Amino acid sequence: MSTVAYITMRGLLGRRRVLLLLPLPLLLVGLALICRAYDVNPEQWGQAVVLGLGLAVVLPVISLIVGTGVLGSEVDDGTIVHILTKPLPRRDIILAKLLVASGVSAVTSAVPLFFAGLLADSVRFGLALVVGAVVGAIAYSALFLLLSLVTRRPVLLGLAYILVWEGLLGRFVSGTRVLSIEQYVISITDKIAPTGMLDGKVSLPVAIVMSLIFALGGTIYAINRLGSFSVAGETS
Amino acid sequence: MSVVELENVSRWYGNVVAVNDISMVLQPGVTGLLGPNGAGKTTVLHMMAGFLAPSKGSVTIDNSPTWRNPGIYRSLGLVAEREAVHGFLTAKEFVLACAKMQKLPDPAAATKRALELVEMTDAQDRRIETFSKGMRQRTRVAAALVHEPQVLLLDEPFNGMDPRQRMHMMELLHKLGDQGHTILFSSHILEEVEQLSGLVQVIVAGRLAASGDYRRIRRLMTNRPHVFAVQSSDDRRLAVALIGEKSVSGIEVEANGLTVRASDYGSFTRALPRIALGEGIRLRKLLPSDESLESVFSYLLEA
Repeated sequence: MSTVAYITMRGLLGRRRVLLLLPLPLLLVGLALICRAYDVNPEQWGQAVVLGLGLAVVLPVISLIVGTGVLGSEVDDGTIVHILTKPLPRRDIILAKLLVASGVSAVTSAVPLFFAGLLADSVRFGLALVVGAVVGAIAYSALFLLLSLVTRRPVLLGLAYILVWEGLLGRFVSGTRVLSIEQYVISITDKIAPTGMLDGKVSLPVAIVMSLIFALGGTIYAINRLGSFSVAGETS
Repeated sequence: MSVVELENVSRWYGNVVAVNDISMVLQPGVTGLLGPNGAGKTTVLHMMAGFLAPSKGSVTIDNSPTWRNPGIYRSLGLVAEREAVHGFLTAKEFVLACAKMQKLPDPAAATKRALELVEMTDAQDRRIETFSKGMRQRTRVAAALVHEPQVLLLDEPFNGMDPRQRMHMMELLHKLGDQGHTILFSSHILEEVEQLSGLVQVIVAGRLAASGDYRRIRRLMTNRPHVFAVQSSDDRRLAVALIGEKSVSGIEVEANGLTVRASDYGSFTRALPRIALGEGIRLRKLLPSDESLESVFSYLLEA
């Protein structure tokens, strides 16, 4: 593991922020367990829990907390200077941060999604959700990492994307779905394990190509932005 | 030996000009960057450190531009003014991480050496967030020095240090300067600059007001009378004799000697021994009393 990834990991998991990652996955698995324990028909709760909570909230919110945390917090408190004053290609710094963000987000959301999928339908559905969560975690992380470099309020903008763009506009304005990572995750998962719970609104090729565009485009742009990172003097 | 060069550098933010057409060359040795708050010191340092693009002109280290060129950090160390450090790491972990990111052949040995240099070996296994301001500062200096950079830029490096730590840091910077490192440090405490370096770059309102040895700068200010403290075997008689000298513009007789104002440094210092000898007066003390950095600085600010 590179030193940048090591510091990022320590910073992420060593702070209280990590506690924010726990409640949502626990809620997801907890709800699925309760429904199963009371023998409620999965057709009644599957969509609400897996899609409404898992894919629409847990995956993007965890990716937001982690994605903005790996770089945004260092930009905020100024510790990024210690990493930038090293002869490291900016590409390596961004890739290390992206790797940590995607990895942590993927694990934190894929594990509860797997159990929720398993309890709602089958192992296959659980595994399909894992694949969807990994793809989603990478695309979201690239987007939120980039947001930490282009704005001083990455969390706010990220929330606006999740709640307004994906959550609100995505439901009523069909055109916005082409730029919704949540829709790509739904389509990919539904293609691997078709169930009645998920209904992909974009085609599989669009989902794959657009996920790649988000991941690669976000990463390349972030590398470029980090190369021109300016530090304003406090008392200049 | 590395040379930092600024050539006709300007930096503006919208309509505000922070740095205005500055040219300077930093040679090996210790140089102080002086200026009142808001003069543009930090902007200049950030441009040198590659954290800000000049709006006009060029900033180079050994002819390589500093902006968008991470390679320069092999020979550049920066201690920024902002104190932020990865507080969850211990001092040793932090300096070691810096050594690894510098891709040094033996990061552990370099870390040990750097921590010894700033006297942080005893506290090296404590988390940085538990440190006092001065200890954090020393840890940051160790991190900036771990790869033994040829150029070291320090923004207000003595902030938060106690007098003993200050002295130690001054000795360290002196030593590095003598070894041929190019060191630039900014400070608003004139005493620090005076003790550490004769060479100064003075920035006032975004412009380079003066550059070089501050004592030499003082002597070039011919429009300001030079002030000397003189003591002799007969101060009053010497005062009478001196007032006839063309280069003397004023004399005050005080209990412990004379304060003489001379319009021309060279003529006065040549005339004084001649006059004293002629009058049979023995000179006991002759001290230029406004050659301190403080007076040079205040003259520059008033100009």
